[in-house]
Amino acid sequence: MSLTNDIIKQHLTEKFGAEVYDWSEPYSMLTFTSKKDLNLKVLQFLYDEPSLQFRFLTDLCAVHYPEKKGEEIAVVYHLHNLVDNIRIRYKVFTDAAKPDVYSATALYASANWMERETYDFYGVNFIGHPNLKRILNADEMDYFPMLKQYPLEEQSRIDKDDEMFGRD
Amino acid sequence: MPRPVQYNIKDKPLETPIGVVTGPEGFSGEGFFATKLSDVVGLARKNSIWPLPFATSCCGIEFMALMASHYDLARFGSERVSFSPRQCDLLMVMGTIAKKMAPVVKQVYLQMAEPRWVLAMGACASSGGIFDSYSVLQGIDQIIPVDVYVPGCPPRPEAVLDGFIKVQDLVGKESLRRRHSEQYNDLMNSYGIK
Repeated sequence: MSLTNDIIKQHLTEKFGAEVYDWSEPYSMLTFTSKKDLNLKVLQFLYDEPSLQFRFLTDLCAVHYPEKKGEEIAVVYHLHNLVDNIRIRYKVFTDAAKPDVYSATALYASANWMERETYDFYGVNFIGHPNLKRILNADEMDYFPMLKQYPLEEQSRIDKDDEMFGRD
Repeated sequence: MPRPVQYNIKDKPLETPIGVVTGPEGFSGEGFFATKLSDVVGLARKNSIWPLPFATSCCGIEFMALMASHYDLARFGSERVSFSPRQCDLLMVMGTIAKKMAPVVKQVYLQMAEPRWVLAMGACASSGGIFDSYSVLQGIDQIIPVDVYVPGCPPRPEAVLDGFIKVQDLVGKESLRRRHSEQYNDLMNSYGIK
């Protein structure tokens, strides 16, 4: 029998109990959350468990929710089971004041550049990453541009008249 | 039976007669012509500008149309497009320049020998354009001095030709001492270029 979302959920709750929570299935893609300290254990379990075999890290990114105090930054893992062709989404949340998350580079080699990108844009400090430095932006950039406290528009530009854009 | 010719069969008179470039002002007589050296140098320079295309995006595609037979930049003495900065006179920056690309543009400009000119083609190179963003340089004039800006997104080849003719105008009229003037040095110093 092929793998379904219910089976994945059952395996995870057997192993981790209430440590994994916030289950949902937007567009039938299984999504769940855990505490950030648990991220490597959950990923390792998803990788090793013979019936799950989530061995491909499709994407790793972050989301900034400024209104969620204490867990402003979400780190999102998209995993793919290439045998049964099933994808899942796994999130951990971290405090923006101390955005430390364990690095998944030992498990997935592809996490290396994706974690560098996530660090580059959101400042997530991946503990254990072999080479955590900026990858896309200029090296001398001194902030993390995707955090929402920083304005989207380039601030050095002086020719834009706010009135023309319907702003005060 | 030969097919009848359908296109371009009418003789169209020229709107303005094609002429050759007129010579500079001067005194001429039997077997001699005297004029200012700067005029002759200007005439020679402006009709043999070697452009260095620095194309990063869609304006570069439009530039290819400009170089091709239909618009034909070669008519203006610029068929020698080169990617070697040391032999080029005109840096044509075409397309979005990201902040990470800025040092490369500046390096290319520094490698060019004086006298050198810069043409910024399109909204992005001139002002950042729609990319009002943390990662994009808001106009190349933040890092190098620009002689002619061509607006448009992207500009049509005719617009670039017009800009190019404006560059030719500048080149032809430039005084031979301009690059030694205090004003020019101040301009270079304001960009941190010695």
